[in-house]
Amino acid sequence: MKAARPPSSRKNHPVIVVPKGKPRRFYGQGVPGVDLSKLAGKLIVIEGADGSGRSTQIARLVQWLEGAGHATVQVGLKRSTLVSEELDQAQQGNILSHTTLSLFYATDFADQLENIILPGLRAGLMVLADRYIYTLMVRDMVRGMDEAWLKNLYGIALVPDVVFYLNVQPQELVERNFAKKQALDYWESGMDLGLSTDMFDSFLQYQALVAAKFREIQRTYGFTIVDGHRSPDEIHAELRRGIQSVLEG
Amino acid sequence: MKTFAELGFPGRLIAVEGLDGSGKSTQIYLLKRWLELQGLKVFFSEWNSSVLVKSATSKGKKRELLSPTTFSLIHATDFADRYERQLVPLLRAGYVVLCDRYIFTAFARDTVRGCPPEWVRGIYNFAAMPDLVFFFKAPLEISLQRILDGRRQLKYFEAGMDLRLSSDPYESFRIFQGRMLEQYLAMSADFKFLVMDGSQPIEAQQSIVRDLVAAKLDLRQFVPHKLPPKP
Repeated sequence: MKAARPPSSRKNHPVIVVPKGKPRRFYGQGVPGVDLSKLAGKLIVIEGADGSGRSTQIARLVQWLEGAGHATVQVGLKRSTLVSEELDQAQQGNILSHTTLSLFYATDFADQLENIILPGLRAGLMVLADRYIYTLMVRDMVRGMDEAWLKNLYGIALVPDVVFYLNVQPQELVERNFAKKQALDYWESGMDLGLSTDMFDSFLQYQALVAAKFREIQRTYGFTIVDGHRSPDEIHAELRRGIQSVLEG
Repeated sequence: MKTFAELGFPGRLIAVEGLDGSGKSTQIYLLKRWLELQGLKVFFSEWNSSVLVKSATSKGKKRELLSPTTFSLIHATDFADRYERQLVPLLRAGYVVLCDRYIFTAFARDTVRGCPPEWVRGIYNFAAMPDLVFFFKAPLEISLQRILDGRRQLKYFEAGMDLRLSSDPYESFRIFQGRMLEQYLAMSADFKFLVMDGSQPIEAQQSIVRDLVAAKLDLRQFVPHKLPPKP
């Protein structure tokens, strides 16, 4: 039996790009037992606040990638089999202290890293991450946690192929959050920080702190800041261009 | 890497470490009784995880969902919870807090499981060092015998079955405990363990433990405050 070959003429569809490999590394120590040279797929991260358009953009990227012949899988915060339910409950009751909550989130991340992200990459998939370690680190940094401690903790993370940060002004985020949920979220407003007893005030102040921290770590982690105020089409086009160049190596 | 005393806490933390079956739990219990009977402010910290962390940990163990990394992180979460909710408030309030195992168990266990030692130590560096650590060093065979003599079945993670050391749980447990012992001995000097000979009679060991505690702690500091009598 001969392996199937592409037919000589292909008029009806464009050439499917086979992604080029690139040397990979972890941010720090990594997780034990991983052969980095076997990770053929691509890890694409979309970061941004709630209401910055992350899910819209991810849905469109999935459409586009699958249309272009790439298989995809998605991950996000609080989606692990191991601790997602418990994390949800912990947030509702606000009963865990900082270090504890921080480590709980790291457990959730590690579980998805080892069970979805790394196996997905090994299988040659496009792994789309709806937020990654940066949101987790930034949230903790604005709450005064030690940056060196966080860097060591998240040294288990794989360096993604590309990271987009959808930047939207706090004032605009407020309106999008109201349009979507008719209310502001306790955590997304940073109410636990005691910045203000007024939720609206707290939301604006907290989101400004988070955005500033993202800009600060942008240099270290080298992600692409995307202007999230434009139309979904324009943003999608920019993300596509970025991913295209990742695929072509 | 400062102790609670060096950080200015009024309380003191005493930890015991050692393999299962090394006799450490018996010794810390007798130490607790001695301090209690003198009427001192003493608290024996039992593993009192909050409901949520416990639920995640037991799910992970029951369904064998844990990798060395998530095993390490979920136990660090559990420890942080206990540290922040229980240990720190007690030490702020000036108690002698007794801990059956502290961060060194995690250092040994996670390293044996293949996690990078610097990563594990980095994670736990939010925790202060105990003011005293007793390490109960018993010959491996004695510890194993105490644990395995007529005992219930070993659990999957307890036997280190996830490490694929052997398909026989008892053999796996032996190898795992042997490696734990090596790790403990390797960190003994770094963390100033007070090494106890666990093969000595209980009373002989307890006498040394009490002498050391009396020498290193000013026990008069832990007399409870009495409210002034009502006029």
